[in-house]
Amino acid sequence: MANFYLDNPSLKHHLNHPLMKRIVELKERNFADKDQYDYAPVDFEDAMDSYDKVLEIVGEICGEIIGPNAEGVDHEGPTVSNGRVTYAQGTQQNLDATVKAGLMGISMPRRYGGLNFPIVPYIMAADIVSRADAGFENLWGLQDCAETLYEFGNEDQRQRYIPRVCGGETMSMDLTEPDAGSDLQSVMLKATYNEQDGYWYLNGVKRFITNGDADIHLVLARSEEGTKDGRGLSMFIYDKRNGGVNVRRIENKMGIKGSPTCELVFKNAKAELCGDRKLGLIKYVMALMNGARLGIMAQAVGLSEAAYREGEAYAKERRQFGKAIIEFPAVYEMVALMRAKADASRAMLYETARFVDIYKALDDIAKERKLTPEERAEQKRYAKLADAFTPMGKGMTTEYANQNAYDAIQIHGGSGFMKDYACERIYRDARITNIYEGTTQLQVVAAIRHVTTGTYLNRMREYEAMEYKPELEGLKKRLIAMTEKYAEMVQRVTDSKDNEYIDFMARRLVESGAHVIFGYLLLQDVNACECFLRSAEVYINYGEAEVAKHFHFITTFDTDALGYYKQ
Amino acid sequence: MSLKIIVLAKQVPDTRNVGKDAMKADGTVNRAALPAIFNPEDLNALEQALRLKDANPGSTVTILTMGPGRAAEIIREGLYRGADNGYLLTDRAFAGADTLATSYAISMAIRKIDGYDLIVCGRQAIDGDTAQVGPQVAEKLKLPQITYVEEILGVENGKIKAKRRLERGVETVEGPLPMLLTVNGTAPDCRPRNAKFVQKYKHAKTVTEKQEADADYTDLCNSRPYLNLPEWSVADVNADVKACGLSGSPTKVKKIESVIFQAKESKTLTPADDEIESLMKELIANHTIG
Repeated sequence: MANFYLDNPSLKHHLNHPLMKRIVELKERNFADKDQYDYAPVDFEDAMDSYDKVLEIVGEICGEIIGPNAEGVDHEGPTVSNGRVTYAQGTQQNLDATVKAGLMGISMPRRYGGLNFPIVPYIMAADIVSRADAGFENLWGLQDCAETLYEFGNEDQRQRYIPRVCGGETMSMDLTEPDAGSDLQSVMLKATYNEQDGYWYLNGVKRFITNGDADIHLVLARSEEGTKDGRGLSMFIYDKRNGGVNVRRIENKMGIKGSPTCELVFKNAKAELCGDRKLGLIKYVMALMNGARLGIMAQAVGLSEAAYREGEAYAKERRQFGKAIIEFPAVYEMVALMRAKADASRAMLYETARFVDIYKALDDIAKERKLTPEERAEQKRYAKLADAFTPMGKGMTTEYANQNAYDAIQIHGGSGFMKDYACERIYRDARITNIYEGTTQLQVVAAIRHVTTGTYLNRMREYEAMEYKPELEGLKKRLIAMTEKYAEMVQRVTDSKDNEYIDFMARRLVESGAHVIFGYLLLQDVNACECFLRSAEVYINYGEAEVAKHFHFITTFDTDALGYYKQ
Repeated sequence: MSLKIIVLAKQVPDTRNVGKDAMKADGTVNRAALPAIFNPEDLNALEQALRLKDANPGSTVTILTMGPGRAAEIIREGLYRGADNGYLLTDRAFAGADTLATSYAISMAIRKIDGYDLIVCGRQAIDGDTAQVGPQVAEKLKLPQITYVEEILGVENGKIKAKRRLERGVETVEGPLPMLLTVNGTAPDCRPRNAKFVQKYKHAKTVTEKQEADADYTDLCNSRPYLNLPEWSVADVNADVKACGLSGSPTKVKKIESVIFQAKESKTLTPADDEIESLMKELIANHTIG
């Protein structure tokens, strides 16, 4: 029995991080649910054991159903007729299994039928699902939208919609339009209020909508006539049961082919407002996007893992010149670096997830009572860290997923170019991760603020101050030296006070910062388990060289040369 | 109508993943080398029972298993998938039972369960492959039986309709309740464990397990009756001890051999349609395939 949770011990390692104690405490609030719900934990150990057991179910479904279905789903894909989408047979089977296993609404409170799990185990499930089939993660992971409904919808809406999501109905977030992609301020879909029945009616077109034929949609639309910017946009809930939205076509994509990407036509579609008018983009979509970016990080980590496993297995099995190709330095270096990038990405994913867990749980508590000053400080601190780590993590891990997929094919040689091996699907699936939910270039835009204001540097210093085993002293010294180089680069670039120059160097700065942070996270992993030593050594070698490269570029760059890059 | 369904399930060594250490030198099964699993066809049977429960609100599914103390895991596995309760038939006197003694013990336990409409079990277990226990239980309880079921089509007016998978086709039959069904491996796979049920029942234990386990969550078990899994001994089910276990088993294993398949001859074919066709005919004729 293949089990994608049990066969990957690094997952249990990340699940058992010391910060989980605080996260469970915030999420379970004295375990008050235990008297009301027979599936609620009674203490910390019980809660952790439940996460472990549920992830075991996820691992089994992924190993036995979703993984084996991936190839068929990739070939068959979804179809559309009469405005409705039919999933590939394997996709439907995957969905049925996850619904029957009760894996929908994982992070939702129990009173709406959810499991009330923290983000860490939820994201871990997403990591596992993505390794099995990244395209299916798109459908399954859209349960994330319930989080937005929970945060910003009113109690009546929560009660009507969230139990349906927990019961297995799917969701979509309808943001993009033909002329509004990265620039969502240009959204034109029109929302008109009808005084007589008190509902809103939506008209217009949405494009590139993942799972566009979902049961419940969150829709970004222009509610304020005559406005042109983000402040005229509101968020709406559209229920498919009311009708009014048809799928005009589904895109023929390069990867994640099992996930239907739809063009939607809204014709007087009845909808209801979610939250306050005019806050659709500036507040709700921003929150939605942050959650979604964490989901894409998980997708990237799952893909990196899958690519590594395919590459490593082939390198061990394939013999040339009388020996397995993994015995050649050119190949084993690739394999080791793939492992290191996958481990570093995973460390970043769960570090970020923990930050999100703490601040969101405190946000939720603040709905019930006033937070103490300490709690408010804690909330602020982790919200800021989450805000800084999400774009850096999304940017880096999705690039690594692509690099690992590329190397997996390279290891396979000519066979990897054929459709016979999973690596070519992984390569195609990975390619979208550094594009959607904000391209890597846009992640850099979001992250640079934390470069210039020192969020990252402060965190590096905190990592530096942590206790490490004596034998890790050498690695730590190198990380300190990398930190100094990073700080110097930041200083030089920001001293210019030239925004265009800062933007030009931004990615080099964010990447350099990431190498230091990833290095420290791996060092902490080695602290807990010797098994990460190899990845820490390999990653720090790699990151150190990358930082030196960027350092060289920045310190020798003549600002006048910027002109050569411009048209 | 709501139904009371009993599922007979067995914990078996996973003979599908047999390694070279699967047999001991004396020819007996090396249970330590093989993980203990839910007999695969009993899982198919459980799925059929759960589907009936889904379609007939108010129905209950009870797991009945016989085995050593660790077979309580089978009841938990059933509860994790949607069963309502279960009984573990366990006693040293049940040990070493062949199909006759097993079906006797199980039939006595079923008599003790308060009323039932349907008994569902897998066609056969992967350790013994006899396919005898189900039919024998039906005989002992004087129940009608439908064997080789692939799908239960429904229950109406006290009658059950089911599709049987036979060697050369499919047969749809109907019969009165109460009834015993044996289910084939070609029936749909069992649903996965459910996250809520796992969390609800993970502390469920038998009395013996409660004594063995480091007293964690004992208070919880005491305050939630459904976390206590009943164990039944020979005396509990009013069975005659002579008819149970080794003493009740006329079957004696004379010899066990480890058979290693070896290719004796080989043939070379040219990749032409007629050659392949004649090979296919030959293989079908000697029952290698088909």
